[in-house]
Amino acid sequence: MRFPLTIAAIALAVLMSSAAAAALQESGDPLGSARWADMEKTFIAGAPMRFDPRVKVIAPLTAENPMQVPVTVDATALENVVEVIVFADFNPIVQILRFYPEATGAYLGFRVKLQQSTPVRAAARTADGVWHVGGTWVNTVGGGCTAPSAAAGSPIWQQRLNEVSGRQWSEGAQSGRVRLRIVHPMDTGLVAGTPAFHLEEINFTNASGQRLMRLQTFEPVAENPVFTLNRGEIAGEVEASGRDNNGNAFRARIAP
Amino acid sequence: MKTTIFVVFAAPLRLCISLLLLTTFAALAADYDYHLNPRSLGQDVHVFIGLTEDFSTSNGGNIVNTGFIVAPRGVIVIDSGPSKRYGEQMRAAIAKITTQPLALLINTHHHPDHFLGNQSFADTPIAALAGTRQGIAAEGNAFAENLYRLTGDWMKGTEVLAPSQTLAAGTVEIAGRRLRLLGLDGHTGADLALYDETSGVLFAGDLVFNGRAPTTPHAEVDHWLAALDQLEAITREPGFKLLVPGHGEVARDATPIKQTRAWLNWLRQTLRDAAAAGLDMNEVLARPLPAEFANLPVAASEYRRSVGHLFPAAEQEALK
Repeated sequence: MRFPLTIAAIALAVLMSSAAAAALQESGDPLGSARWADMEKTFIAGAPMRFDPRVKVIAPLTAENPMQVPVTVDATALENVVEVIVFADFNPIVQILRFYPEATGAYLGFRVKLQQSTPVRAAARTADGVWHVGGTWVNTVGGGCTAPSAAAGSPIWQQRLNEVSGRQWSEGAQSGRVRLRIVHPMDTGLVAGTPAFHLEEINFTNASGQRLMRLQTFEPVAENPVFTLNRGEIAGEVEASGRDNNGNAFRARIAP
Repeated sequence: MKTTIFVVFAAPLRLCISLLLLTTFAALAADYDYHLNPRSLGQDVHVFIGLTEDFSTSNGGNIVNTGFIVAPRGVIVIDSGPSKRYGEQMRAAIAKITTQPLALLINTHHHPDHFLGNQSFADTPIAALAGTRQGIAAEGNAFAENLYRLTGDWMKGTEVLAPSQTLAAGTVEIAGRRLRLLGLDGHTGADLALYDETSGVLFAGDLVFNGRAPTTPHAEVDHWLAALDQLEAITREPGFKLLVPGHGEVARDATPIKQTRAWLNWLRQTLRDAAAAGLDMNEVLARPLPAEFANLPVAASEYRRSVGHLFPAAEQEALK
């Protein structure tokens, strides 16, 4: 149902003069969300902004499992991205994560909990201070944020909290890729009797200590998060270190 | 969704009303009739064959196979369908075939299309494997809510009625009929298959799908494949006549077992390979189906679901 509108908007943009098309892109939310004005106020806060198809947010049109909705943000078509904010307009906790690509591509794969159908957006700030916003609608059946994590029913995570498993790919189609999984319940605090307990910050550095990416994560990131980064060229190990909101720290090395 | 709301607000009132009337007539015309016509498989065994579709407001959840055996001392019912209405209509259809009383209703496993008609058999003992009883108690209500959303008013009045008796594997006599009960697992944590030695009919439950891609929300693929081997052994017995899968047409041989196995093997290997190659879940979702399964009903949607259910475990294996 949403596609025809989007397609119509694109078709309209093609027919219109470039100035008119630019005006449409600057004023109207291509996802037609009633919450866009609030989102803009919260995350863009008056800074220059444009909707930009070069910021790709890839997610299934319909999420089979609202607790684990895969999202891939790819802003590598933009130059000099310094910060990316990912948020979902209609989630009870809107902000999902922020990442700061320093020596990686502006690319991150992860999974989120969604409570209801919502746009999932990425706002990428380039070095000139302009925010470039892309996004997609995800239909879901709900319960992603107010359902207890699977971990809540099992004591295993307590022994394995912050355990990191990961791998780098140095050849094949996915060459340059780093994937890792961190054991964490990522409790939202919206389930009665279960306080918010989630990873807050993860830093990725290379063997010589140079930071590749800083990542801030919030409650909606899915339980036992899995992240996919594109490092470009695999040169030695990657160290992932971070902590959750209770101060539990971790440090793990991912071999090349 | 949004487009619809926009149209309703913008359209003249008259159009709204006529749309409303159209919708009402469409619902009335349907009359929530599942058109359950039992098919005789011989030797007092009858089945209701559902559509090879997904749940929808047009099929009301009639996508499942159920059946019954008219035994010497009563009717043995196998699964009760997706809703109270289905159970009622099933019961009425059984009454047209036999005046025998109902002896026992068996739920093959804890998925909603197999037990949500239980309410209509409240005066009959209802039995299932222990794991199925636990599954219905734990997840039944959530399943029912989900079917309300998927099929709408077909579900009216449906509530979970959990089985009251536990079945154990083995050869038993129920209402004077010898049945071999196989306590298997793999499609869910407890999957009952039932072999009627008198007729040679094997009720395989959802361990076997025929002409429809299998569903995997509670699947343990290794266990499932082992269960298929056991079922296939029965089809090689001299008395075997017919196989009733949980979904899809009745078969005279093990073809649907081979088809289900081929799908599961392909699915497991595809997810392992994708995880080993470093693919992210969205990339796995975007992969096209191989030619072998491209025309299998609901293959594309079941593949997508299965990626969600099974890829995290494959991924964890690759990241170790």
